Amino acid sequence: MMTTQEQNISKTIPNQYPPIIDAAAKMQAINVDVWFGQKQVLKSVNLTVKPNTVTAIIGPSGCGKSTFLRCFNRMHELVPNAKMAGQILLDGENIYSRQIDPVQIRRRVGMVFQKPNPFPTMSIYDNVAAGLKLTGVKKDKNLDEIVRHSLERATLWEEVKEDLKKPGTSISGGQQQRLCIARAIALQPEVILMDEPCSALDPIATAKIEKLVTELKQDYAVVIVTHNMQQASRVSDYTAFMYLGELIEVGETRQIFENPKNKLTEKYITGEFG
Amino acid sequence: MRLSNTQQLFSKTKKFKLTGDNIFKILAAVVAASALVILLIIGYTLAEGSVPVLREFGLSFFFGQQWNPIAGKEAFSILPYVLGTLATSGIALLIGVPLSLGIAIFLVEMAPRSLRLPISYLVELLAAVPSVIYGLWGLFVFRFWMLNYIETPVSTYLGWIPFFSSSLKGLNIFTAGAILAIMIIPTIASISKEVLSAVPNSIREGAYSIGATKWEVIQHWVLSYGRSGIFGAIILGLGRAVGETMAVTMLIGNAIGPAAMPTSLFSSSQTLASLIANGFMEAPRGSLASSAYIGAGLTLLFISLLINVGAHLVMTRVFKVKGGAVE
Repeated sequence: MMTTQEQNISKTIPNQYPPIIDAAAKMQAINVDVWFGQKQVLKSVNLTVKPNTVTAIIGPSGCGKSTFLRCFNRMHELVPNAKMAGQILLDGENIYSRQIDPVQIRRRVGMVFQKPNPFPTMSIYDNVAAGLKLTGVKKDKNLDEIVRHSLERATLWEEVKEDLKKPGTSISGGQQQRLCIARAIALQPEVILMDEPCSALDPIATAKIEKLVTELKQDYAVVIVTHNMQQASRVSDYTAFMYLGELIEVGETRQIFENPKNKLTEKYITGEFG
Repeated sequence: MRLSNTQQLFSKTKKFKLTGDNIFKILAAVVAASALVILLIIGYTLAEGSVPVLREFGLSFFFGQQWNPIAGKEAFSILPYVLGTLATSGIALLIGVPLSLGIAIFLVEMAPRSLRLPISYLVELLAAVPSVIYGLWGLFVFRFWMLNYIETPVSTYLGWIPFFSSSLKGLNIFTAGAILAIMIIPTIASISKEVLSAVPNSIREGAYSIGATKWEVIQHWVLSYGRSGIFGAIILGLGRAVGETMAVTMLIGNAIGPAAMPTSLFSSSQTLASLIANGFMEAPRGSLASSAYIGAGLTLLFISLLINVGAHLVMTRVFKVKGGAVE
């Protein structure tokens, strides 16, 4: 975690912030800038994601938190006109270097989206197995085992074990979102990115996903974008606050919520704007 | 007191009034019914007109091979032309569907935005070219390409297989089918383009997020999601190919009788449509020949209806399309 001193440096001279590579980090964003066409949406953002932790990114709508999240598995590249500068390290290796295939990165860094998006033309089983089938895994006992394990891990197995052949869209919204988590887990990723995973769900489904998130950090580093501050305080170990494309403050969740160092963070936490 | 719904439904106290709304309702109903009425009239006319030839030849009208309009020696059988229709349409689909899907996939998934619109316009412009122009171009230019670069080499080396034997004129079911392929490209490509654009982006994102490559996303997700719509597009193209007359008449070689049996990829033949276009004007009114042409028309109409109804059944039963979504 960055010290207060480092944060101050990063804010006074953001573009000259020297890339201090954190050897303990699972992922690290260094001076990330993103433009959509002419518009700069991320300005020199730095963030460290530690293994086996949940990092929450909070901030008002349009602050660039989803865009930032999508930089971690190169999903933002799918947006036409998107440009990116800076580095993102995965185990110390820049995922944007020329010899890296984004497909490999996306297998190592899984993603769960805002709206549950199970594949409608595939069964529940195939939704989970789809990623593995792409890597050439044949349908056999072993695949059955991985599918089962992924669904169990996503706490969905008991609810769907009788209906594995039904379409992925035949279950409820909350179940669909857990199916999407199982789909990401099946590839045995190292990091899971979640882009407001509960914003389309009811409170009970939300509670289930939140519980799941805190369980997932046993095996993965989780980065979760949320506009729900209570959610961030409930599930995360570290919280980063973003505003207008800049990362304003990052720290242990408790510190951010109880004792924010930046006035803007304090105002946002206390609900003065947002 | 308020009436219950059932009471309202059956109460006859409410008098019919000629309000604007009611007039519009009646007009709309009449217009809607006119489509059905026209279809029924055409069907009836064709059925009535083909009674003499069916009475004379019975089932052999459909299953024989002879065609002789000379009075006294009359023989009418449409099997070669039914097969010719199916063969040319089949060739058209075999060539046209991959091309059209390629165009649609390129436009939706790959083309930069600045190219997307101009290319879709160009593709749709293909549909604006009159059939007879395709026929002329086919007759003077296209058939020689086919003859020199495909028919001659293929029949030279593979001519010992009956399916590839050729008389080397360039006027045959293959040339006609290839022109038909060009003619159905705008239909299939532009509808498929709409179908692929309607595939939700969230599906593509989900697929990319589990490490699918662009081609895998297209192959396993986009095409799979749009399959019922693409099937519909293909059927519309097939409908056009089956009924297309002018260009085919100019290119298919217009064989008649047993010679019109499409035994080889390069055999001259006829479709039902080209048969009618070639001969109908010469058949005396009320003659058996005229009835035979009408019978061919009835068969063509029946094949077209069969394709459409069959396609509808496939879409609803196999793909289980409900409200535009695939279950």
